Amino acid sequence: MEIMVCARRVPDTSENEIELSAAGNDIERDELVYSVNEADNYAVEEALQIRGRIGGNVTVVTVDNEEGEEILRRQLAMGANQAVLLSDESFEGSDGKGIATILKAFVDKGHYDLILTGVQADDGAAQVGGMLAAMLDYPFASLVNSITVEDGKLKVSREIEGGNREINEIDLPCVLSIQTGINEPRYVGMRGIRQVASVTIPTLGASDLGVSQGSAGKSAAKVKRVDYFVPGLSKCAEILKGSREDNAQKILELVEAKGGLN
Amino acid sequence: MLGIYSPHNVVDWLVPGRNLFLTLHILGIACFFYIVSMRIVPLLRAQRDPRFDRPLERLGRVLKFWLGQWKHPRYRLAGTLHILIFAGFILLAARAFTVLILGVNENFVMPGLSGRIGPIYERLTDYAATVVFLCMVVAVVRRLVFKPARYAVPAKYGKAHTADAIFLLGLIALLMVADSLFSATRFAGHVHNGEIAETLAIYSLPWMLATLVGSTSLAMLWFLNVTAYLVHEVAFYFLLCYRPFGIQFHVETSLFSIYFSKLNRGTIKPVRWDVPDEHLDQVKSFGVKTCEDFTWKHILDFYSCADCGRCADNCPANSVGRPLAPRFLTIKARDWVFQHYPVFGKANNSKPLIGNIYSEDEIWSCTTCGACEEECPLLVEYIDKIVDLRRGMIDDGNVPQSLQKPLKALESRGNPYGKMEKKRGDWAKSPEALKHGTIPVCDGKNQADTLYFVDSITSYDDRMQSIGRATARILSNLGMKFGILGAAEKDSGHEVRRFGEELLFQALRDQNTDAIKASGVQRIVTTDPHAYNALKHDYKDIPPVEHISQLLVREARAGNLHFNSVEQWLEDRSRVYTYHDPCYLGRHNQVYDDPRDVLDSIPGLHRVEMQRSRDRSFCCGGGGLALFYEPKEEQRMGVVRVRMAAEAGANVIVTACPFCMVNIEDAIKVAGLDGKMSVMDLTELVDQHMVRGSSDKAAQKLAEKTQELETVTSGG
Repeated sequence: MEIMVCARRVPDTSENEIELSAAGNDIERDELVYSVNEADNYAVEEALQIRGRIGGNVTVVTVDNEEGEEILRRQLAMGANQAVLLSDESFEGSDGKGIATILKAFVDKGHYDLILTGVQADDGAAQVGGMLAAMLDYPFASLVNSITVEDGKLKVSREIEGGNREINEIDLPCVLSIQTGINEPRYVGMRGIRQVASVTIPTLGASDLGVSQGSAGKSAAKVKRVDYFVPGLSKCAEILKGSREDNAQKILELVEAKGGLN
Repeated sequence: MLGIYSPHNVVDWLVPGRNLFLTLHILGIACFFYIVSMRIVPLLRAQRDPRFDRPLERLGRVLKFWLGQWKHPRYRLAGTLHILIFAGFILLAARAFTVLILGVNENFVMPGLSGRIGPIYERLTDYAATVVFLCMVVAVVRRLVFKPARYAVPAKYGKAHTADAIFLLGLIALLMVADSLFSATRFAGHVHNGEIAETLAIYSLPWMLATLVGSTSLAMLWFLNVTAYLVHEVAFYFLLCYRPFGIQFHVETSLFSIYFSKLNRGTIKPVRWDVPDEHLDQVKSFGVKTCEDFTWKHILDFYSCADCGRCADNCPANSVGRPLAPRFLTIKARDWVFQHYPVFGKANNSKPLIGNIYSEDEIWSCTTCGACEEECPLLVEYIDKIVDLRRGMIDDGNVPQSLQKPLKALESRGNPYGKMEKKRGDWAKSPEALKHGTIPVCDGKNQADTLYFVDSITSYDDRMQSIGRATARILSNLGMKFGILGAAEKDSGHEVRRFGEELLFQALRDQNTDAIKASGVQRIVTTDPHAYNALKHDYKDIPPVEHISQLLVREARAGNLHFNSVEQWLEDRSRVYTYHDPCYLGRHNQVYDDPRDVLDSIPGLHRVEMQRSRDRSFCCGGGGLALFYEPKEEQRMGVVRVRMAAEAGANVIVTACPFCMVNIEDAIKVAGLDGKMSVMDLTELVDQHMVRGSSDKAAQKLAEKTQELETVTSGG
């Protein structure tokens, strides 16, 4: 099976202290460390597991500047067959639809039976997968937490409200957005990364993909971020400012008072 | 029949005794050599392991641990039994050889045992055979009646080994009886014929048997003599050829296992002995995945294990119900090697060990505390094997999710918490750190000649920063010119290496080595035994490193460090202190006395020892990445340890490792001993009690009081 996985580079929330920039419309990015978006990592692992079961190829794609190579290399070390960087100055500032447009252009140049995205990027809006499916006129399932391959179609399980699951049959080719927890992604060590250090990662630009000016990038973006802020304290919120021990005691009392401990 | 002859004269079924026994000898020896050569095959297919260096040191170990049975008395009864059996076997070796040869040559005398020595040796071995026989009886009774818990085999590890043990003990007992009966009947025969015979040792087994059969007919004596000889012959060769199939193989292999044992404490074997670090990229597969990936010495270890259960008995992971027992790590591997390299039949390429005989959790459960290696009488190695198995799992991407995040953070930020590099030295900037300014960063431009290597947990953990501050105050009061690396310091990588991520460790090591060299310091001191062990054993070409306890004891002896009496502090009068040995300070580096000496130099301090202390110290739960691993266990190691302290009558546990502190502090809460037990670091205690050199006594007193209160509230 030919599988394509869309991955994205995001600031790693567990390894950064996120602060607002002086302008207030973005975060301070000077000392950030980036990694592959967590849900996308699960999607790559799922693709590798499907390949392990029935064979095929896994291609990982990202829309980014040259820094995107870092996460593509990590996914290659994980076991992906190919990685492609979709990069062009004109892509910068794309909104979700712009990114979906670029990805669609890439899909059109190849042949993929299955396209996976993470359910959502840490700094994203969970929209690219659905848009990409619509543009390709492929069926789409979101929040997928298990995949069984059957003849010409898949059985996917989806997480729905209340922790329940529903099982769907979906025709191939299709687009799925993968929920975290679908599998246990394998570890990528220093050794794996070094082994792919010299692999050349092809970069495709707007002209290679046939993405016209005005269909992606800042100019095409119809969704623009206008503000970025830490929510203010609402009336019912209370911040405990004591020592660790005092806070723990206070929390215990609060939970107890609300009947949380029986 | 005129007299009693050597068995080689007997003719049975028309076969002359000499021919019969010669055939048995040749068959027995051929069989043994065949079996042993088949056992050597896996060793030849295994990985290289250069153990042919330092012959004198190795011989010394043979004298101490093999001939001297050094570790055995650690288990009083079993150890004594073993020493007696071992001594008996050593003594009986020449006698057994002589008896075997007598079957083909009736006049054989062992060279060196003719003349006056001969009879003395004979009498000595009469007793030796008796002692070994009695030891077998005691051992069987222990196995069947008293059933020491450490011999039990939990269902998940297979069936009980009792039957096999009894069978082997019985065989040895039979060998002793046969040998004794052979001597006894020969002696009785000579007496019967009125010939001169050397007397048997009084009250020995041969003596008793001779007394028993003394009055029987010569024909009966003759029959008993030949039967005893035949039984001895068969039992001897059966044992010889049966031993390589089980735990008794150690009789043959122990000498080699101990000669080739690991000499460098605290170190970890390289990924491949024949591949230097810079060529590791070319190695196809890392670590141990199949049994052929072990080194030959490690497979020899599997053969040598005597199944005594001492390792598992001391293993903290095993005792809290984690799915790991060092004993079965070995037994399972031995059985696997035997199964895939059979004595008869074709060797087959063996499958991965993980998933077949080992589980992932089993291998991650080890804290590398070293209790098993400390206890093993045969010096079987475990930590290197565990690390090699982990390297294999890391190479396959087979790493628990709980460890992936800290490993990734170590790669990108140089600490497992994912904290910013620039904040690593922030603890040292806080105003209470020093009364005289802040702690300088050693960048080669300042006066500092001593580097305080802080490491990640003490740098970033709120509670552990108190160790850093206490240390800074102590060093500053001792008038030392010291500094830290600050943002340039990375995690020492101690656990990164021991969790199998070798290349990440090397990257961290190289960055630290560069920073240390650039700092221009002449020596390094650390409060973290893990960092101490890493810098001392895993790093190269850096200034000498000391643990703070070593520095403190030296300063105290030199008269530079004085303590106020504990009587000054009201709370202290009711305090009973105990010292918990951190694994990487104690067992791995043999620093047991220095921290105790520091404690004992505080006037009036009441200190007790826990039953498990020094080289039998019980691991708190493990440091570094072990804090992130979520083990399957029935209870926490720390909780067990805290209860041990309570049992010893202590209410303050003093340790000298930030990881011990984390684990024990948590464990006190889990054990419900909050308020009754507290834990503190050695540096915090010293900081509280040291007499400061400053003239401003009042300010110092106030500072001490504040520090005292700070430690008391946070410590428990």
